[in-house]
Amino acid sequence: MTLTLTDVTLTYPDGGTRLTALDRVSLHVAAGTLTAVVGPSGSGKSSLLAVAATLVTPDRGRVVVAGTDTAGLGGAEKAALRRERVGIVFQQPNLLPSLTAVEQVLVMAHLSGGPARAARARARELLDAVGLADKADRRPHELSGGQRQRVNIARALMNEPAVLLVDEPTSALDHERGAAVLDLLAALTRERSTATVLVTHDRAHLDRVDGTVTMRDGRLTAHAPA
Amino acid sequence: MGTVVVLITLLVGLLSGLTAGLARENTSAVTGLEADRLAFAAPPDGRPVSFTDSAVGERAWRTWAGRPGVTAAEPVGIRTLDAATGDGRRTAAVSAFGVRPDGGLAPGTVATGRVVLSRPAADGLGAAPGDTVRLGGSEMTVGAVAGDASYSHTPVVWTSLDDWQHIGGSGGSERDRPGGGRATVIALSTHGADLAAGDEAAGTRTLTLDESLTAIGSYQAENGSLQLMRGFLFAISALVVGAFFTVWTIQRGADVAVLKALGASTPYLLRDALGQAVVMLAAGTGVGTALAAGIGALLGGGEGAVPFVLDASTVLVPAAVMIVLGVLGAALSIRRITAVDPLVALGSAR
Repeated sequence: MTLTLTDVTLTYPDGGTRLTALDRVSLHVAAGTLTAVVGPSGSGKSSLLAVAATLVTPDRGRVVVAGTDTAGLGGAEKAALRRERVGIVFQQPNLLPSLTAVEQVLVMAHLSGGPARAARARARELLDAVGLADKADRRPHELSGGQRQRVNIARALMNEPAVLLVDEPTSALDHERGAAVLDLLAALTRERSTATVLVTHDRAHLDRVDGTVTMRDGRLTAHAPA
Repeated sequence: MGTVVVLITLLVGLLSGLTAGLARENTSAVTGLEADRLAFAAPPDGRPVSFTDSAVGERAWRTWAGRPGVTAAEPVGIRTLDAATGDGRRTAAVSAFGVRPDGGLAPGTVATGRVVLSRPAADGLGAAPGDTVRLGGSEMTVGAVAGDASYSHTPVVWTSLDDWQHIGGSGGSERDRPGGGRATVIALSTHGADLAAGDEAAGTRTLTLDESLTAIGSYQAENGSLQLMRGFLFAISALVVGAFFTVWTIQRGADVAVLKALGASTPYLLRDALGQAVVMLAAGTGVGTALAAGIGALLGGGEGAVPFVLDASTVLVPAAVMIVLGVLGAALSIRRITAVDPLVALGSAR
């Protein structure tokens, strides 16, 4: 399963005119590969992520997520696609304050309505995979920034997504913890065969990725396989 | 928020019990009559009937008694007056209900010179069976103490219709006087009777027992005021709950955006929020209702107690209404969830 954007254009209203956030962008990310999208702030990286996550409908172009063409999908169908086939790792972990780490991960299973016992076992397995087996019952305020980001990653993987969208996962972490998170993402991508898109402005850890694309003013200006 | 729901429920519960208690003190003698309708003297010019102005004569109740479908037509005289013990040491305002000895309306046997006191009347006068009481200047013997009937906030003394006619008039016109004895209303037990034709023949206006409560002067104003207060409390509770969930929804906006981004459908989020509202309302209402029931039991117990009714209509119904109105208020507030943009979760999406 892959993620494919073909000739995607996205504009936003900006006063009396429209601002072009994505300008005829095409991108293909294969299963089991980690592709980094780099570029300065305002270049369109997050817009690319929003389009790939079906949170925004582009003006033009085709977006195919895990074999599903998103054109013409309704809100409920897009929500189901995100729930079942897409994992999102947010820039800020965006954890729910009242839930423990394992409950944060279980939220995804709850949204999908799967069997509770199997979901709990899988949530613990994922926390183990991200190195937080002993922190499963801690709430967000009891976790460090890096640990919260790991919970964020575990949550994104809970429903076995085909496409993993990662937004600036290291922006709030120091170099060492950032490297650890990138290592984890690269390993999980290969191990679980996800088509992973990593949006970042930090070029420090790009040796871990399979390919890098650069965005500037809404356009992909370079595509450099690792 | 839970505390607010508890307090409002407590207030509504207490007011409901008190309203019902006051209504019972005003009407229980009428609602407890072994009859399904009351026939009042038809007032002139379409004016509303009232117990105070109604006076029916023997001709009227005999007319009703002879109508097809009428199984019983018993005259009832009603008059509020002072009663005193035989030695005059204790007095109390009572409502004298004059009925025929064999009419079956009194809770005990009445006869000429022999009355039945309701328990509140007996308590007020300190009288027991065998004692003498004075009603409007006539001395009578207490034959029994039975029931707790009350009318217009005074306890009832059941007398024979003959005695009642001697201790006081009906208070209204006496146009039927040539026809014989008088009473205030006629208690009818009917089964398929033509009521309109009966009224026409007897010169009366017939109402059901519930309808006839409006003919008690103080009942409508008193009950209307209390019910209005209750209605306002319900409305306030819905507004308070709605306001709370408006703030709650706004505060949870970021969390809702994350859940939407993760794939939560809007109906799921609405159900989830409404479910939490129901749980909170049920818990708050439960505690408030329990407190109201406890305080009501304390208020309503013992001699000289506050009139307070503690039953399903005053405990469970207000609780259910609170929950329903609270859920409506919450539902109107949490609809804002539909407008939350999941892009917020991505932060710098634009």
